[in-house]
Amino acid sequence: MTKEELKLNITEWSPASTFDEAGQWLNINVEANEFLPFMQQLRHSEALCFDYLFCLTCVDWKTHLTMVYHLSSTKFRHNVVVKVKLDRSKPEIETVAHIWRTAEFHEREVYEMFGVHFLNHPDLRLLILPEGWEGKNPLRKDFEDPINMIKL
Amino acid sequence: MYRETEIIKDFSTDGNGDMIINVGPQHPATHGVLHLVITLNGETIKKIEPHLGYIHRSIEKMCESLTFRQFIYVTSRMDYLSAHINNHACVLCVEQGMEVEIPPRAQVIRVLMDELTRIASHELWWGAMAMDLGAFTPFFHAFREREAINDIMEETCGARLTMNYNVPGGVVNDLHPNFQKRVKEFLELYKRKVHEYDELLTENVIFINRMKGVGVLSAADAISYGCSGPVARGSGVSCDVRKIYPYEIYDQLAFDEVLETDGDSLARYKVRVKEMNQSIKIIEQLIDNIPEGDFVAKTKNVLKLPKGEYYQRVETARGELGVYIISEGSTMPYRIKFRSPGFSNLSVLDKIARGGKIADLIAMMGTLDLVIPDIDR
Repeated sequence: MTKEELKLNITEWSPASTFDEAGQWLNINVEANEFLPFMQQLRHSEALCFDYLFCLTCVDWKTHLTMVYHLSSTKFRHNVVVKVKLDRSKPEIETVAHIWRTAEFHEREVYEMFGVHFLNHPDLRLLILPEGWEGKNPLRKDFEDPINMIKL
Repeated sequence: MYRETEIIKDFSTDGNGDMIINVGPQHPATHGVLHLVITLNGETIKKIEPHLGYIHRSIEKMCESLTFRQFIYVTSRMDYLSAHINNHACVLCVEQGMEVEIPPRAQVIRVLMDELTRIASHELWWGAMAMDLGAFTPFFHAFREREAINDIMEETCGARLTMNYNVPGGVVNDLHPNFQKRVKEFLELYKRKVHEYDELLTENVIFINRMKGVGVLSAADAISYGCSGPVARGSGVSCDVRKIYPYEIYDQLAFDEVLETDGDSLARYKVRVKEMNQSIKIIEQLIDNIPEGDFVAKTKNVLKLPKGEYYQRVETARGELGVYIISEGSTMPYRIKFRSPGFSNLSVLDKIARGGKIADLIAMMGTLDLVIPDIDR
């Protein structure tokens, strides 16, 4: 499907979501409370069939956090980007690990690097950072560590 | 990362007769500092838990304070076996925002180097995997050809492993006058010797018995776990970025996407061996047809990307590498994310190893072709 067709299809069943077509792919902004049914529809709808989650990450905008999900379809080869705005002081979002299994590891990475809590995640623990780093989120913009300097 | 609480778990047994053992972080078969905590029942694997972070350098955070010209060099240190392809992904991503036309000569040089890198990476994997399984000879055979590629790289790029040959707009300097001659010598050497690969491993009964039916990955799981590269193609999932989302000049080249449907270790092995032949095919098409002209386009000294988001994916030797840049219009990226193929391919290890024997784990890990700096970044 082209960008326009994707947009029409998604507007039909999710009128609340907003779109941004500036980049190479269609960007969809979704509210955190509608997020899980939205993602399930993207995965299981026969016309869309977004079965491949190839990138899952988070961006710190200093005022808020944004979760970014890059999805593509191995059947139709179309791509879409889903974005969810999160509260920076208490970031919480539903996990998608049961829809795309790859999300389990990617969400653990985002959890320790940005401090986003994934609700109902099967195993939310530190993956890369050593013990004692809970609560410290190195990829946030305000993270400073004068001893283990990671900013050049 | 290793936690103190797990020291107690070392070599301990609980009431069910389960034993927990640690493989790594310094284990010859993990080829780097990968740490696996394995729950065993007898010799059967019940669960594998990877612990990462031993070589995490926080490349994503570092890149936030480097300019668009500088950050490319750091990425050579991610997947050091496909350093050139990593650089290629980064320059393609930066060029999306630059509106610059890349000279055809630079495009051909980049693709030639990509394919040489891919062969070198697969050669190392082939030798090292056989060594893990107990066969020492293949390692020397693989390195004979790999050294020839490294010498070509050294002559033109100035380095053997971390090439740093790509710059936004083209490549850093022109090809060495000997380049074509050397590559043709390598092609001749490879074709003369490639039958040894089949004789040593591919047709070896002991080898086949150790690989066949080991670590079976279904196509549905490969997609769900985000696998890419030879791991997914061994399960019959068509995912070669060069074919499905062509970049640079790959859409003008004749080559086949190698697919196997068995999904076991032997299938993944066959995909990589056949992929080397496809890379040779690409190099043969290009080596006599390198266009004359500039090797780099004229670009501004200070590089600023317009505000926006850029995503570029390429096919490295291990799978799909994605570079995601968010620019705020300055000389440095606001946020950068590398979607590394190894990270997703590692996550499937637990799935394919469960129920298998501990001795087969080496075959499974070998055919996943994990490069730890790529996973940790």
